[in-house]
Amino acid sequence: MNQPLLRLRDIGKSFFGNPVLQNISFEMQAGQTIGLVGENGAGKSTLMNILGGVLAPDSGDMELFGNTYCPDSPRASARAGIAFIHQELNLFPNLSVAENLFLSHFPKKLAWINRSELHKRSQELLARVGLDISPGTKVQSLSAGQRQLVEIAKALGEEARLIILDEPTTSLTDHEVRKLFRLLRELQSQQVSMIYISHALGDVKELCDRILVLRDGQVVADKMAADLQIPDMIRLMVGRQLDRLFPESKSQPGESIVLEANRISQPGVVHEISFQLRAGEVLGLAGLMGSGRTELARILFGLEPMAEGELRLLGEPVQRLSVSQRINKGMAMLTESRRVDGLCTQDSALANLTMVVAKKFTSRLGWIRRRSLHSSASQMAEAVRLNLAEGMNQAVCTLSGGNQQKVVLGKWLLNKPKLLILDEPTRGIDVGAKFEIYALIDQLACEGAGILVISSEIDELMGICDRILVMSQGELKDELQSREFNRERILKSALHADAIWEGDV
Amino acid sequence: MLRIVRRIVQSGYLTLVLSFLYALLMAWAAPGFATLANATNIVDAMLPLLIVATGQTIVLMTAGIDLSATAIIALTSVVGAWIVTGDDGLLAEHPAATPIAILCMLLVGSLVGLGNGMCIAWVKMPPFIVTLSTMMLVSGLSEWMTQSRSIYNLPDSFLFFGKNIGVAFAIAVVVAISGQLLLTRTWLGASLKHIGSNPATARTSGIQIERGILATYAISGCCAAIASLLITAQLETGSPVQWENNLLDIIGATVIGGTSLFGGRANVAWTACGVLLLTLIDNSLNLLNLSHFSIMMAKGGVILLAAWLDTLRNRWEQQ
Repeated sequence: MNQPLLRLRDIGKSFFGNPVLQNISFEMQAGQTIGLVGENGAGKSTLMNILGGVLAPDSGDMELFGNTYCPDSPRASARAGIAFIHQELNLFPNLSVAENLFLSHFPKKLAWINRSELHKRSQELLARVGLDISPGTKVQSLSAGQRQLVEIAKALGEEARLIILDEPTTSLTDHEVRKLFRLLRELQSQQVSMIYISHALGDVKELCDRILVLRDGQVVADKMAADLQIPDMIRLMVGRQLDRLFPESKSQPGESIVLEANRISQPGVVHEISFQLRAGEVLGLAGLMGSGRTELARILFGLEPMAEGELRLLGEPVQRLSVSQRINKGMAMLTESRRVDGLCTQDSALANLTMVVAKKFTSRLGWIRRRSLHSSASQMAEAVRLNLAEGMNQAVCTLSGGNQQKVVLGKWLLNKPKLLILDEPTRGIDVGAKFEIYALIDQLACEGAGILVISSEIDELMGICDRILVMSQGELKDELQSREFNRERILKSALHADAIWEGDV
Repeated sequence: MLRIVRRIVQSGYLTLVLSFLYALLMAWAAPGFATLANATNIVDAMLPLLIVATGQTIVLMTAGIDLSATAIIALTSVVGAWIVTGDDGLLAEHPAATPIAILCMLLVGSLVGLGNGMCIAWVKMPPFIVTLSTMMLVSGLSEWMTQSRSIYNLPDSFLFFGKNIGVAFAIAVVVAISGQLLLTRTWLGASLKHIGSNPATARTSGIQIERGILATYAISGCCAAIASLLITAQLETGSPVQWENNLLDIIGATVIGGTSLFGGRANVAWTACGVLLLTLIDNSLNLLNLSHFSIMMAKGGVILLAAWLDTLRNRWEQQ
């Protein structure tokens, strides 16, 4: 056998003591296409970031074309011949296609950019990927699919020896996907090597020569695509058993309906979503990234517009209300990313905890009744077991992820919500803090609030929810009662794999 | 060592210590600095600056900026003088001329500020360009109204606010303390802090960002009008170029005090310290007979230094 294009040996990586990748070893031959599949959090992105020079591995080594390969920056990996095509594209929308293609190596005549050469070479590249547009077109006027092709043309222009595609099809239309696949097949016939990462298992099986399944940071299967059926892939991805990471649920769904969503639609985001949430119920919302789950939550809370449908909170229509009016009616939402729109990180724990409720502690003249506000904030800090080494004035940015999330949760709990929406409540926090947050959720449900939890971790949803809805491509695809909870069924619905599933398992 | 330096730089009262040291130095170096007459001069110069800088501090809390403050001072100066002046004033010799003039000044200042606020909060234009345009518009308007002439012959009841340092002092202190209480003790002030720290978080937490921003610019315009009353009375002149060259002093004083240009960190007490230091520099260099240009250069340097400290603090906070 000739020399492998890429060889990884025992790659390991930990974040804050949690191993994310362990003993990853594989090699790939030039001209091969490898598929990489795994659940969210299985380590795919980390592995690709190591290949792309964004992260350095803690252990192990890599070889590219027989030479040691240890890139210290994304530039170094690009220079070594690896082109990375991300989920979120990396083009400059305000520049032309040609400028984007040759950004790092403009053809020059002395110090000037050689415009005619730029134009000519851009046309050649665009022809290779089958894009019939002028090189002078601004990237912002292109569709998602066209941009994807421009990215690939860019990789070809840089004479990449290995192209990594991370979820290239999520934002494409069916037609664009077919066009992309035609191009990828052609590149395969030209012996271009590729790593293809996707949740669309059918695509992976069809396109790739070999498939690696990643689970909990380890390679659990490395097989030729022909030898690996889709049900096996899912079983391998899911793998482990549920351990006791969750507190025993004391809450019971009641009779009264807290939230009723009726055919909620927003073009291109969500389509005809209807569900009910009862008092005391913990309802899970499962789905892959990009399935519309976060968007749905933001629509429910009034942060994003909704074109059609009806939304009732405790029987009252709320779809026309602003965020602050919805909060006054008893809605609360812990957002997906606490740094972006959950916290004011430079401010104190006190300021963050009181930011929603301070309005209620304000006299008619606008004065805040500080003493009673502070004492309820301190009580809440204790109730959520906030660990503040320097007291209530400690800046939130100095807290651990778990404590930060408790601040966000405390901020909402102070307002005594009737509906709490939690988007990825335990992302990036340690196991102990997770357990405490689950307990707080259960306690709130016991007090009669309705709770909607979004999570990428199916285990988590199965551990704390009374019922789970599954979302895919902006629609609700499945609903499971607690006795029916089944990881494979949830994953199957989330992947929308019905068409290729063949009805076994 | 680094930690001690950080402590000092991060404390709000660095400027106060610097002012004190500077005053000691100048008492020795500048003849006539440490006299009662000069102290009165310094306070006289500080008062209007403190008032208008209080408004600016409130705007900076939301990560905004108000470049139109000096133009509002000029416009309201012209409006007030135009009403009360004995030379053909709108209400010349009328017993209620002064109170009406003051009311009109406050109203005009607040309205111009509200206009800024509407463009920024509702139309979502950047504060920098909105207030810069307002500055030009309003300056032009003042010049047009007066045909570039100053208005003299103001009645004693109006000049009272400049001649009587006790009254001026009381006004400035009331404005500054109200500003500080607004920022630290009211729901509006708490909202402004959140808007400046992280507008996205403020929005998801139900804070009405538009309302807060409207209020800050109206307040800033109103503060400029109050400052204008003091200045116009001090100089006994309604002028369309009133305080034209002092814009950087206003923003500089707040930044020297430690209020952040990045928002979320503002304090009127700090600003008062910044006003003190800047006024001391101005006054002492004048006494040392330095030219106008070299004083400008010195102040520019100090403000640049303060902006650098602000950037430094901001970076440390993010670590």
